[in-house]
Amino acid sequence: MWQWLYKLGSPKWFYTIGNRVLPWLWSITGLLLVVGIIWGLGFSPPDYQMGDNYRIIYLHVPAAGLMKGSFYMMALCSAALLIWKIKMADIVAKAVAPIGAMATLLMLVSGSLWGIPTWGTWWIWDARLTSSLLQFFIFVGIIALRSAIESRDSAAKACAVLTLVGLVNIPIIEYSVEWWNTLHQGASDLSLRDSSANPPEIWIPAFFTGFGFIGLFFIGLILRSQNEILLRERRSQWVKDLLLGDNAKADTVSGIDTNA
Amino acid sequence: MNTLTNKPASELGLLSVMGATIRREMLLAFRNPGDVINPLMFFVIAVTLFPLSVGTDENFLSAIAPGVIWVTALLAVMLSMDSLFRADFEDGNLEQLLMSPQPLYFLLLAKIFSHWLVACLPIILLAPVLASMLFMSPEGMLPLVLSLLLGTPVLTLLGGIGMALTVGLSRSGLLLAVLILPLYVPVLVFGTGVVQAAINGTAFSGLLALLAALFTLAVSLSPLAISAALKISIN
Repeated sequence: MWQWLYKLGSPKWFYTIGNRVLPWLWSITGLLLVVGIIWGLGFSPPDYQMGDNYRIIYLHVPAAGLMKGSFYMMALCSAALLIWKIKMADIVAKAVAPIGAMATLLMLVSGSLWGIPTWGTWWIWDARLTSSLLQFFIFVGIIALRSAIESRDSAAKACAVLTLVGLVNIPIIEYSVEWWNTLHQGASDLSLRDSSANPPEIWIPAFFTGFGFIGLFFIGLILRSQNEILLRERRSQWVKDLLLGDNAKADTVSGIDTNA
Repeated sequence: MNTLTNKPASELGLLSVMGATIRREMLLAFRNPGDVINPLMFFVIAVTLFPLSVGTDENFLSAIAPGVIWVTALLAVMLSMDSLFRADFEDGNLEQLLMSPQPLYFLLLAKIFSHWLVACLPIILLAPVLASMLFMSPEGMLPLVLSLLLGTPVLTLLGGIGMALTVGLSRSGLLLAVLILPLYVPVLVFGTGVVQAAINGTAFSGLLALLAALFTLAVSLSPLAISAALKISIN
């Protein structure tokens, strides 16, 4: 187990293990998403209040989960980079940041689309909406900081510090927004999250899409990390062997300058 | 200053070094008065823009006054952050600070305290004047000053983290805003909450206590993040 974790810390091993895991991940994720979406959108009973509108939950709630999960993943990687100086941790943190930002955006957009038929407005200054918007800004800030710093090492460490500062601040922001919301307006009733009130035909497909989204997250993580590994290690022998060997065998146009 | 030069820096007491840091920052600020005047002028001008854009209706202005004062003060503090490390970074003083045998944590606290004295205190003193120009009700004045007194140090400390991360970059103004404005939200929420509660006649001491908690948290943790960030930026 530890041996395996230790190997993941080396970019070369991450790359090869990623290649081995990806086909399994693709098939399991595809199965989960196909079953979850067809069941959820086609066969689950309509809600007695919202009719078919509630079905956006199969997209909305998994996206919300990814928002949180991505940030915790980035925080873990940041700590690993600052404490143990594992360079793979930075590659993963960099790979996850845009996924988290996109998940947050997807959650906000799907929430807005859901809001129009149910609340009558696409946006309200609800505590959960507002703190998700702020979370999106924090993701954007981390991505912006990384693209602004030229030195890769400095950018990695600076982003790690900012991520950890964000980690400390997120609960404070959420609490303050919740408090602010109760002062200014009544909290909107989001009791849909209470799954016990809903029949299993509604929430079981949500589990399928939820795990499907987690699968998509890891597929994105592995693919983006592998790209970053190839870019960073492009001068190392194993990458040259890998790319040149493949090209020689398959004789495909890969877009990578093999004459370099 | 004369008493300091006779001994090697490592033998000096912590308080005298902090005192010397504050004296140095004050001296620099008064020889370069733009650092004091510009945040203040920004604050005054930006507040003036509001009646010009939303109209001079007394009821409406008094309703938005706490928010306008707080948001404008927050932006003024953020824009003032550039003078915290920029000049020291360019002339090499920041490296001296990092190599000092004294604990960096306390040196940074002294530096940030001086910055707060120079950039934030004048804003706090002028805030009641501008608040009354916006017809804010008088019950809100003392809570406004108290909330700014507790809140602006937190803004300065958080801004210090952002500034330390971006000091190595040539044009970092907008980036700094993107990095730290989301982190400013709790201070803004509780700060305006104090003033609103006082104007509505409800108890606001609990909210002040929450601001004080944020202050304590920021004073104890931010210097650690700032020193880590400075070491990365200086490299």
